[in-house]
Amino acid sequence: MIGLVIVSHSNKIAEGIVDLCYEMAGKDLNIIPAGGTSDGRIGTDPILIKDSIEKAYDGDGVAILADIGSSIMSSELAMEMLEDDIKKKTCILDTPIVEGSIAVSVQASISKDMEDIKRAAEEARTTRKIS
Amino acid sequence: MCNSNILIKIIENMGKNIIENKDYLTELDRVIGDADHGINMSKGFSAVDAKLDEMNGKDWGSILKTVAMTLISTVGGASGPLYGTAFLRASTVVDGKMEIDKEDIINMFEQAVEGIKMRGKSDKGDKTILDALIPAFEALKLAYEEGKDTKTAFKMAEEAALEGVEYTKNIIAKKGRASYLGERSIGHQDPGATSTYIMIKSINEVLEQN
Repeated sequence: MIGLVIVSHSNKIAEGIVDLCYEMAGKDLNIIPAGGTSDGRIGTDPILIKDSIEKAYDGDGVAILADIGSSIMSSELAMEMLEDDIKKKTCILDTPIVEGSIAVSVQASISKDMEDIKRAAEEARTTRKIS
Repeated sequence: MCNSNILIKIIENMGKNIIENKDYLTELDRVIGDADHGINMSKGFSAVDAKLDEMNGKDWGSILKTVAMTLISTVGGASGPLYGTAFLRASTVVDGKMEIDKEDIINMFEQAVEGIKMRGKSDKGDKTILDALIPAFEALKLAYEEGKDTKTAFKMAEEAALEGVEYTKNIIAKKGRASYLGERSIGHQDPGATSTYIMIKSINEVLEQN
């Protein structure tokens, strides 16, 4: 299964999104929250993100969903610190963190193909809520 | 020419000056950013301070790598990956060296600049760390090319960094939260460029005492 890592400046947001995804896509998801700093401040921690990617990885790949600003930079740095075989199967998705996480988690529950995951993330990015 | 003991003194002095300027950096960041730069940098350098003892007797590469990994794991804001990458990249060119020369100093600086450019997808003129760091690097390189000694070269780098900080008051922020302000960011000095200036000044203070 493709693993997911939710990177937010807020630990509560990351954990909340994980809860939401379990609710929407099922409990057997491989989804790890990586929010806040190790001492409980608002912020991001590349080491925590790296550890979370390794936790989420079961051989199929890992998709990272991040909120804003330094969450992307921290995720990129975390990826550079990974072993090569995990690194080449890990990507950061350019999508809103809540909508994207739900769409991608549903996709991850039915597909092991990273291209399907990326497509779901892309669709979530452009889907209007009020038509 | 420069042994690794001096690096430990420099790192210690950087920490002291960053922590002393915590409120100042946070105040600069409150105006155009998210008011956490001083707090984040102080957190990072306090954690670095706690590791100074274990750096004793280590080579330049190992010390810089410890600083990098500590900042990366404790800062929390964008300055963590940015400065962390700078120290990490710098560490790679002095790996295993107990003594370094002018060429190593230029190489370390160049790696730091390139690392921050790559990590932040940024360049001079974006109102960031790079507006202090790039002029400082260029001044340092020029000073060495003109045959100046290390103390003089770093003095010139410090002056160039300060000019860079002043320059950030006149330009629009293109990165981070400050970029949301557009033209309203003009008139305010960049906190990242300021912390870079403080770090370069910290190098000088130690060189002058030794």
